[in-house]
Amino acid sequence: MLKKNEIKVGDTYSEKIVEDLKRTQIVQYAGASGDYNPLHTDDKFTKEIAGYPGVFAHGMLSMGMTGKMLTNLVGDGMLKKYGVRFTNQVWPGDSLESTATIIDIKEEDGETLAEIAIETKNQDGATVITGSATAKVG
Amino acid sequence: MSKIKMPVEKSHIMMFARSIGDANPKYYEEKDENVVAPPTFIQSSAQFDPDYFLRPKIGADNWFGSGKEATGMKSSGSGSGGGGAAMGLHAEQHYEYHQPLKVGDVITAEIKPGKSWEKESKRAGKLKFSESVTEYRNQEGELIITATSVGVVTEKPVEN
Repeated sequence: MLKKNEIKVGDTYSEKIVEDLKRTQIVQYAGASGDYNPLHTDDKFTKEIAGYPGVFAHGMLSMGMTGKMLTNLVGDGMLKKYGVRFTNQVWPGDSLESTATIIDIKEEDGETLAEIAIETKNQDGATVITGSATAKVG
Repeated sequence: MSKIKMPVEKSHIMMFARSIGDANPKYYEEKDENVVAPPTFIQSSAQFDPDYFLRPKIGADNWFGSGKEATGMKSSGSGSGGGGAAMGLHAEQHYEYHQPLKVGDVITAEIKPGKSWEKESKRAGKLKFSESVTEYRNQEGELIITATSVGVVTEKPVEN
């Protein structure tokens, strides 16, 4: 949990959220989330019909993994908002690192809130997710 | 009108947490029911949408993933084969959390269409964006999460 007297604007927190993403993890996500789009698990379909080099991760898997970095930082049930843009696809074999930066700390309706900028990059330094979050501060 | 009715269950949260590689012990402790679901868990309400188009339906023979052929869609003789739906990608996702989503909640969803717009891109041709806003409420009718999703249909596969 973020503590008011322990944080300041400009603080950053990073986490490796996946190392060498396995196709099996993508299958796990399909099964748990219920999103069975063949683009993510069906190589034959993805190559021959969709025209991509192979299966790729659900955007929501990347957002989910980025979200674990966020809850590790701010605590369970502390988020008020969490939003992302998917800027590049994530492929099997990718390793992702996610960074949160505190960009503002403010008081609103008697609560202290932290505004957080989010960026998740792959092993080549390409940004796969940009986003923002608002979290309650304890 | 969506027919989603999602009971929030501990074992489902555990499976979801595994799939995103989240080791938070709260998601795995059998006896602890006092757990707030992971921030993107509500997306798995798709499991409880009887009409969700990205799940093969029992008895239906029009699933577009591969079987013997690269698409399971039967050709209708004219036009393009299956896979049109596969050109849809997820562009943005935003959540607003009004109350914690907890084990034991029974969630219903109301989906409203939002804006739509177009844009040219170098990597994927013409992009058609469309937004939808979903309000998730608990069994008391209280608003728990508002989700805004932006989908994009690309003219051609995204160049990498």
